[in-house]
Amino acid sequence: MALKTETFMVNAGPQHPSTHGVFRMRFTLDGEVIQDVEPVFGYLHRGIEKMTEGLTYTQDIVFTDRLDYLASMTNNQAYVIAVEKLAGIQVPERAEYLRVIMAELMRISSHLMAVGFLLNDLGAFLTPLLYMYREREKILDLFDMVCGQRLTYNYMRIGGVSQDIPEEFLPALKKYIYSLPGFIAEYDQLLATNEILLVRTKNVGILTKESAINYSTAGPVLRGSGVKWDIRKADPYSVYDRFQFEIPTGVKGDVYDRYRVRIEEMIQSINIIKQAIAQLPQGEIQTKVTRMLRPPKGETYGHIEGPKGELGFYLVSDGSTNPYRLHIRPPSLINLTPLREMLIGVKIADAMAIFGSIDICVGEIDR
Amino acid sequence: MISLFGRNIFPANFPSAMLPPDWPSGFWSHLIIFVVILFVFFIIMAMAFIYVERRVIARYQIRIGPNRIGPFGILQPVADTIKILIKEDIIPLNVDKLIHLLAPAVAIVPAIMIFAVIPFQNGASLVDLNIGILYIVAISSVSVVGLVMAGWSSNNKYALISVMRVIAQVVSYEIPMALAIIGVVLFAGTLSMNGIVQAQNIPYILLQPLGFLIYFLAALAEINRTPFDLLEAEGEIVAGFNIEYSGIKFALFFLAEYTEAVAISAIIATLYLGGWKGPFLPPVLWFLIKVFAVFILIIWVRSTLPRLRIDQVMGFAWKFLLPLAFINLLVTGVQIVVWPNISQWVIVGVNIVVAVASILLFSRFFRLKGDKIEA
Repeated sequence: MALKTETFMVNAGPQHPSTHGVFRMRFTLDGEVIQDVEPVFGYLHRGIEKMTEGLTYTQDIVFTDRLDYLASMTNNQAYVIAVEKLAGIQVPERAEYLRVIMAELMRISSHLMAVGFLLNDLGAFLTPLLYMYREREKILDLFDMVCGQRLTYNYMRIGGVSQDIPEEFLPALKKYIYSLPGFIAEYDQLLATNEILLVRTKNVGILTKESAINYSTAGPVLRGSGVKWDIRKADPYSVYDRFQFEIPTGVKGDVYDRYRVRIEEMIQSINIIKQAIAQLPQGEIQTKVTRMLRPPKGETYGHIEGPKGELGFYLVSDGSTNPYRLHIRPPSLINLTPLREMLIGVKIADAMAIFGSIDICVGEIDR
Repeated sequence: MISLFGRNIFPANFPSAMLPPDWPSGFWSHLIIFVVILFVFFIIMAMAFIYVERRVIARYQIRIGPNRIGPFGILQPVADTIKILIKEDIIPLNVDKLIHLLAPAVAIVPAIMIFAVIPFQNGASLVDLNIGILYIVAISSVSVVGLVMAGWSSNNKYALISVMRVIAQVVSYEIPMALAIIGVVLFAGTLSMNGIVQAQNIPYILLQPLGFLIYFLAALAEINRTPFDLLEAEGEIVAGFNIEYSGIKFALFFLAEYTEAVAISAIIATLYLGGWKGPFLPPVLWFLIKVFAVFILIIWVRSTLPRLRIDQVMGFAWKFLLPLAFINLLVTGVQIVVWPNISQWVIVGVNIVVAVASILLFSRFFRLKGDKIEA
């Protein structure tokens, strides 16, 4: 009898320890090596885009909290920026600075989670993740101080922010951001000098510069591949043109570079927050905006640099109180498109590392 | 005189009459007492290990760990055991039933059998085999057959991937493991576990630093601990070989895993840390202290390191551990032949230098390649 082998199909998800939610990948395996992968999503579809059409512009802010639930603040910001663009609303300076502080804190928090979960997928039994949680918890406390929420903030409003920061916020924030670089350095030293981590991440899941651009990826995935592209610099929104910061980029575009970019971005975010605190003006935090806002007929696209990449809201107004159409450009979904290219030919263990390095949030993919 | 239905089951002069004439007369009492002691020992130790692991790993992870049941949560393993025993025992429809049921027993029995030759204090073991360490090497690799049976009979793809990994891994790591043990045996001049302890005037971890490292790493792979826990890589293959097991069968696998951890810790304590030897405290206590020290080292590794990939695991065994084990064996052999009467402290110095030098050399010229994908 002649020996023969055959490929077999294995499901990773929707219920699987490293799918970060209810994402599903159907692997066709030849032993350990992936021959083919078919991503399946839609398990978390809630119809947010359709639901927004039935509610007013202000009421729709709460839906954006539920997109990428690890970065609600930036979702709020992207949406209100789109609406403000559509309605031509000016935002007070203090509100802009508060938005920047919140968005950068959110970026740090989201990157902490991304790095922690990447290491968890690499098999470091919970330890790095829990240390990341410890730091993230402090950010959540800061948010709690500002808006009373820890996950779904609903903080940014059309024309400003919902409330001013309390007295104790700035000292707490300063204390935190001055302690964070030390923590990141310590953590990075522990991890980036670990031989096992290096062999598991270096030269794994390479996404070339050309592919990264062709797949229109954004955020750390794009920058990890060596493309210096950041909406904060390329198309400055809010008050980002007043801050000095670098855009960290990777060289090869492997898992390690994406990890590296996230670490560096956290440091840059700290710099931005420090500058924002120094420049923070006094004054109004909210322009007068009628509750039943009726933007003029037309359409607009507002986008920001979210923690996971370019987060855009495409809005069409028919002159009524509700958006005629709202379409979201979710960075997680678009960053997933090169997944197949990166996964074919690698081992199943690497597949999880690559998948973790993209840093997706299923709430955003399925909407 | 014991009789049942009017017939004598045991002869009047039981038990000595049932023994070969040259065996000691206290054999039966020794056997029964020690078997009871060993069973109590391994169950209590496995539970203690589960508790210690959960508490210690929680400390590494800035958590508190189980602290609700009993003082400091020490009854947590008992509660877990009761809970898992009253769980429904599910046998999936398409499993190979006989092998599926047999697998947990095959996994746990060899792990318990290892304890037969472990000396708890001078001469206190179930049997002081004169080939004790050889017996351990032979027995400890039988456990994996149980895992393979479990993975194969479960009719589950995750389980199958898991056991494909574990076969390759355990077979590879047996070799450096055995070679590292030979170094100890050469110094001790005996294969008996008690004899090895008695021969240790200074702990063999000093005389055999390289051998200790090789044995420790190979042992981690043997009991499927991080960073070699590919068998149950939950991020990749969900739970591995025991995915279709529940209730008491799962509990047995869990117990087997920790029994093996106890056994490996006990073997390392015996071979390299001087077993029951130690000043002031009673020998049994010294033995337990050393066992727990080794186990805490294992926990430390587990809570710190990420997992290797399967090809890297294999490469590590064949390209790194095996040559180092040969170097260790060669150096040890030369020392035994050339310096039979030299002070052991000289050999300690030489061997530490050799260990550091060869590890540095290997880590310089040997790198695990991250980008290699086998055809």
